[in-house]
Amino acid sequence: MNNPFLSIRDLKVHFSTEDGVVKAVDGLSFDLAKGRTLGIVGESGSGKSVTNLAVLGLHDREHTALDGEILLDGKELLTATERELERLRGNKMSMIFQDALASLSPYHTIGAQIGETYRKHTGASRREARARAVDMLRRVGIPMPDVRVDDYPHQFSGGMRQRAMIAMALVCDPELLIADEPTTALDVTVQAQIMDLLKELQQEFGTAIVFITHDLGVIADIADDVLVMYGGRCVEQGSKKEVLRDPQHPYTLGLLGSMPSLHGPVDVPLSPIPGSPPSLLNPPSGCRFHPRCAFMEKVDGGRCTSLQPVLEVVDGRGTACHLAPGQRRELFADFATARAL
Amino acid sequence: MLRFLVRRVSGAVVILLIISAVTFWLFYAIPRDPALMSCGKNCTPEALAQIRHNLGIDKPIPVQYWDWLVGIFAGREYSGYGFCHAPCLGYSFANREPVYGTIMDRLPLTLSLAFGSALVFLVLGIGAGMLAALKQGRFLDKLASSLSLIGSSLQIYFVGYIAMFLLVAKLGVLDQPSYTPLTQNPVSWASGMLLPCLTLAIIFTANYTRMTRSQLVEQLSEDYVRTARAKGLSRANVFFRFAWRGAMGPIVTVFGIDLGTLFGGAIITETTFSMQGIGRLAVDSVDKSDLPMLLGVTLLSAGAIVFLNVLVDAVYALIDPRIRLA
Amino acid sequence: MSSPVNGTASSASSTTLSSATPLLEVSGLTKHFPIYGGFPIKRKVGAVQAVDGLDLRVAEGESLGLVGESGCGKSTTGRLITRLLEPTGGTISYRGRDITHASRRQLAPVRSEIQMIFQDPYSSLNPRQTVGSIIKSPMEVNGIEPDGGREKRVRELLELVGLNPEHYNRFPHEFSGGQRQRIGVARALTLNPKLIVADEPVSALDVSIQAQVVNLLQELRKELGIAFVFIAHDLAVVRHFSERVAVMYLGRIVEIADRADLYENPRHPYTRALLSAVPEATADDAPARERIRLAGDVPSPISPPSGCRFRTRCWKATDTCAAQAPPLVRAEGNSAGHLTACHYPETARLPVDG
Repeated sequence: MNNPFLSIRDLKVHFSTEDGVVKAVDGLSFDLAKGRTLGIVGESGSGKSVTNLAVLGLHDREHTALDGEILLDGKELLTATERELERLRGNKMSMIFQDALASLSPYHTIGAQIGETYRKHTGASRREARARAVDMLRRVGIPMPDVRVDDYPHQFSGGMRQRAMIAMALVCDPELLIADEPTTALDVTVQAQIMDLLKELQQEFGTAIVFITHDLGVIADIADDVLVMYGGRCVEQGSKKEVLRDPQHPYTLGLLGSMPSLHGPVDVPLSPIPGSPPSLLNPPSGCRFHPRCAFMEKVDGGRCTSLQPVLEVVDGRGTACHLAPGQRRELFADFATARAL
Repeated sequence: MLRFLVRRVSGAVVILLIISAVTFWLFYAIPRDPALMSCGKNCTPEALAQIRHNLGIDKPIPVQYWDWLVGIFAGREYSGYGFCHAPCLGYSFANREPVYGTIMDRLPLTLSLAFGSALVFLVLGIGAGMLAALKQGRFLDKLASSLSLIGSSLQIYFVGYIAMFLLVAKLGVLDQPSYTPLTQNPVSWASGMLLPCLTLAIIFTANYTRMTRSQLVEQLSEDYVRTARAKGLSRANVFFRFAWRGAMGPIVTVFGIDLGTLFGGAIITETTFSMQGIGRLAVDSVDKSDLPMLLGVTLLSAGAIVFLNVLVDAVYALIDPRIRLA
Repeated sequence: MSSPVNGTASSASSTTLSSATPLLEVSGLTKHFPIYGGFPIKRKVGAVQAVDGLDLRVAEGESLGLVGESGCGKSTTGRLITRLLEPTGGTISYRGRDITHASRRQLAPVRSEIQMIFQDPYSSLNPRQTVGSIIKSPMEVNGIEPDGGREKRVRELLELVGLNPEHYNRFPHEFSGGQRQRIGVARALTLNPKLIVADEPVSALDVSIQAQVVNLLQELRKELGIAFVFIAHDLAVVRHFSERVAVMYLGRIVEIADRADLYENPRHPYTRALLSAVPEATADDAPARERIRLAGDVPSPISPPSGCRFRTRCWKATDTCAAQAPPLVRAEGNSAGHLTACHYPETARLPVDG
């Protein structure tokens, strides 16, 4: 990827708590070009949301230590002042969240909330901002936008709220949109609407999107590239096709095996990953996935428990696992046939 | 909104009717005869009957209650006193003064005390609470928390006497508490009310500090506050326009109740500083079995609380659009 | 046991193939939550029609899936079946016995046979009780003393759901989300139930954990012969778990069929739309997948559309749909037991005999 719009290098996000230091993100790197969508997959506590709050500088500064590099269009964000960040937020980079009802202010009308972002960054008048809000609501598919602009969030349905949130995030034509599980709380038919909308808007504006989700199905629908996170680290990355068709990390494999599908056999049990996600307060030594990994014995010398596997990325494709590529082909073959069914 | 107000106000009137009726009934349930008390030592049955008649307590209780109610709206003829214009709350059994007039005489002091202390505790309490919320976990937060803990464990009669002794008697920096009507001389009104208001405010300040802090801390962790920051709004903007807006509701609610209570008279404060407000009037009227006065004071304090509650709900609806339609 | 079923025999005859008394039979089940308002005197001004005339049968050992989007009434149905809510109308019979309005006392023997598993593994367990006493409590409430004592039974149950029996004295907060859900399962199993109503039992869990719990429930169902009413919004999970599936929309069943029929040959437009909206974790570029996008949102259950409730979002709706509610019947081309409530069912995909 030449000339990435967002570039993250060796990002570390550590929280200090009463019980010790939580290593929520521990050395994460990725690049994202304009007009592309990067899907970040992971379960609760994998560090996927924390990463993106750090990009916007919205982490709790009091208790968080950040390290590494976050470059947005060549500008370093980690050392940026609060003032500089405020100018970027909502303007050059925006964020939408999972729970649109809780994420919109109950005390202000939808129009005021959208217009406020516009006024802050463009210095537009109230009247201009309102016209812009109506226009944005129309673009995200809200019926009767000139009337609904004066509604409060609680008067909107769940899907409409998420649309309003998207309108608010895109009001200043940002170049980067971070979407943190924006469809998780929605019904499938509405989820499909919202994902279509995001794809359309991306085509129109050329926005770079980071789409965070726990659902590989959603990734398959919306992402160009995929980054799989586990325990605060990236375990696998690549294009959507590469990762979904030919997973290289046992965790990715496990996630795919855990998911029931609409096709394929029904009488075989799912193949879940045993155990639970790791504690980030006291992460496992070596590879953080090793306590749940089915292939640990295949690696010589107990390297899984002692040595942290390095993520080597070639042409945007990489995996952090001690298994040799040949071993993987052999071991994951059963899976490939099962999925081909 | 109008429908909401009509419903709440009519509900409030019903509550006041019930409260006054219960007060009436309770008064006669107590075995004390106000007529006998005012009849004196050489009381004859005839004189007693005459007094009863004059006081209007020779009639059945429901009739008395009805007469009293009608008097409030239409005025009422009292034998031996003349016509009492509406709003007529009757004449005191104890000193034959019109109840309405007496209450109106005492009310300015009580209102001065209520508003004066409210001004102090709102500014100090909310200010300290905001500071504590902004500096969560830091020194200022801890200082505010400790001070408010100490403040809420203090008592008026304790602080009041010490303050009088130190500030008035020993150092002479403050005037002896007294009441001068505001319209007469604003400067002496202020200097006379300063000590009682401050004393009364200390305890409330502590409460408001804690409440403001906890409300703000809760609001600041809300998702919509994070969204506002993600839009690029400044910390200060988010704090006042979003977090504070959310914190205001519960504070307004408590303030309404507190203010209503203060309108009914701050009995301990008035006693401590020997001031003649509504609180003292209430205590005296119980003491002297003075039914009309007691009814008047009860109606005033109950009315203040009930109507401030309606007001609070209306203000709450202005703050939070979610309850406007409900 | 084999007494004739009370209620609507006509609709029941077409619902299922088995002639024996089903374990659970629900007919015309209705739940309207009243809304009060008005001025000056409050009165009933409307009702949320959460469930409106539901017919269902669950055979012994069978797993029936109940899917639908939020507000479709699936959870309310679960609570009605377990009698946590009082039905407004219709009948619920268990083993041919009408339990629709049975009193607490009358219900007691049935209660132990019908159990419930809840969605939220955090709020559904009392944080102040140990795991042992949580699982034991159904026995205490019903005064049951199993052979070998209650504690032994609890340890057996813990083992059965894949937890360490030594954790008997621990508190819920010491467990992860998946483990808590296992505790909830163990509690439901305590009294040897014949029917478990599972309300979104895995939707609060991480994907990898979700599969663990689904597998556990599947094993238990097969080993213990327990019938399930499995309520979920995730169509893939339901397909995996349930032999028969009912799709609900705004308080009514729009389609019910055997798993294969429903997923391979959906006839109701809503079922089709729902299935086409599910994102699948495949990298293949647009296989021959149908793509239907419904416009708008589900209408309010306070004033649902007349006639067919789906018509406001349906691309096939006509005046007939507004005038008449389509009955839940076997549409032409459906295999036996596949019922569709639609005036204009989609064309059948597979040739079906019979």
